[in-house]
Amino acid sequence: MASFIDFRNPPGSDRRADTAIRATAEPLWVRRVVIGIVALFFFFFLFLPLLVVFQGALAKGVDVLKEAFTDHDILHSIWMTLIVALITVPANTAFGIAAAWAITRYRFTGRQVLLALIDLPLWVSPVIGGLIYVLLYGRRGYFGPWLQAHDIKIIFALPGMVLATTFVTFPFVARSLIPLMQAQGVEEEEAALTLGASGLQILRRITLPKIRWGLFYGVILCNARAMGEFGAVSVVSAKISGKTNTMPLEIERLYNDYLFPQAFAVASALSLLALLTLSLKTLAEWKNRRQFEAGQRSLLEPTIEPLHP
Amino acid sequence: MSKKKHVLPGFRTSVGWTVTWVSLLVLLPLAALVGKTASGGWEHFWETVTDPEVVATYRVSFGISFIAALINGVFGFLAAWIFARYDFPGRRLLEAATDLPFALPTAVAGIALTALYSPSEWLGQYLEPLGIKIAFAPAGVLIAMIFIGFPFVVRAVQPVIEDLSADVEEAAACLGANRWQTIRYVILPPLLPALFTGIIMSYGRAVGEYGSIVFISGNIPFQTEITPLMIFQKLEQYDYTGAAALGFTMLLASLVIVLIGNRLQTWGNRFRKLA
Repeated sequence: MASFIDFRNPPGSDRRADTAIRATAEPLWVRRVVIGIVALFFFFFLFLPLLVVFQGALAKGVDVLKEAFTDHDILHSIWMTLIVALITVPANTAFGIAAAWAITRYRFTGRQVLLALIDLPLWVSPVIGGLIYVLLYGRRGYFGPWLQAHDIKIIFALPGMVLATTFVTFPFVARSLIPLMQAQGVEEEEAALTLGASGLQILRRITLPKIRWGLFYGVILCNARAMGEFGAVSVVSAKISGKTNTMPLEIERLYNDYLFPQAFAVASALSLLALLTLSLKTLAEWKNRRQFEAGQRSLLEPTIEPLHP
Repeated sequence: MSKKKHVLPGFRTSVGWTVTWVSLLVLLPLAALVGKTASGGWEHFWETVTDPEVVATYRVSFGISFIAALINGVFGFLAAWIFARYDFPGRRLLEAATDLPFALPTAVAGIALTALYSPSEWLGQYLEPLGIKIAFAPAGVLIAMIFIGFPFVVRAVQPVIEDLSADVEEAAACLGANRWQTIRYVILPPLLPALFTGIIMSYGRAVGEYGSIVFISGNIPFQTEITPLMIFQKLEQYDYTGAAALGFTMLLASLVIVLIGNRLQTWGNRFRKLA
């Protein structure tokens, strides 16, 4: 053992190691100051708002909180939120898988255009996401007169809210999967094909297991956005409490009525959902860092033309 | 024919579904947006988008959000740096919390920030005696825009810092550079494209933001009203062509912002390949 020289800690090398660290890292006090600045920023901009929500919900005691969650209108808004999410999330998951499959498995004309259109809701104002459906299905919209004649209500009713939410959330699953499936390639799928597997078998047995954490990541983000969407939904909802209000809209109603404890009670439920989403996201990261990162980067860097990364 | 061209099955199904879905959800509604905008005629369009109250909202939606994006550039860069380079207790917590603005519904963020900065509440009660008004003032809009845009800079910059190779820094140190010189001349240049991309993305998000702003801004005409709110007002008056004109204008503006972001990203990726 003595014959081996420990290059990492040769005798009397402490000073040299110090110099090396000093040359390629910031002095300790700089590190501390920078960490302090960032910690303060996080405290004031991220943690404090969260604290305000929970404090606001509990400020008037647990009884008010209990009352809030037995109130008919508030319960109905939770119900509406669940219905909207239950329709949009599975639909967008199916769409996301199909879209990712189409874009990463084949080359066809219009592929880049399709990709750009999938990205569009990520960079467009959510209010526009509501507006475009009003222009189509609203009372003075293109299909408005026809819908009225047939007594079908889309805008200011559930279908419109589902449409707007679907618009805002549909890039999430597709965008989490595309870079991942691109990076993974198609060798295994092709091997399965030569062994006689059908398309559905390949999807179920080969592709889905390979992408499951990326899919999971996309689905929880899609769900968080679907349950929390405000701008797009408030354009197309009639905003009638107990009828067409989802939880975010109910928060607005309660807040504008100065029912602050109730507003914060509903807000705290949505904050818990956000915290759950963040934890599950971290779990997905822990389970598969690489799958996760590919999806995450692409979500925050919406692209129009060249497929990244 | 598709069978010959594509090895894996499912071309028709997957492409067919995707195209149908995108056509119904995006293409058709966008066509309606363009159609409605056009149906109002040029005069009406110009009148709508240059209305003094609307022009005042551009200052807020495009101006204040730019300041917010720059502030996020500074703090986002510092956060990305310490996440990539330093190890300290609580780092994982902060890293996980970075995406909070992404996960927290905007209405929740809106009422929380309002409560935080309203006079006589949390922080507001200490700021008011100093003559600082944040909620129901342009500063409140700024705060909300900083909140929602923050993750974009961190997410754009952090992976690039992690990709930097240590040898160049060591080489700089060997050649006699002090730490500041190394940062200024060796580390910062390849990070700039990613930083600009993050700032632009954060800007784009703040420009279109609605939920977190409308509560804290107080929606004071000519002061804190944002452009998306104008679309709302037009719709409430059943002025569909006016709403479409504003929506179309915002769509174009966002498109330009995203295209600039993409250009920067392509530029940045070129540098990354060299590194």
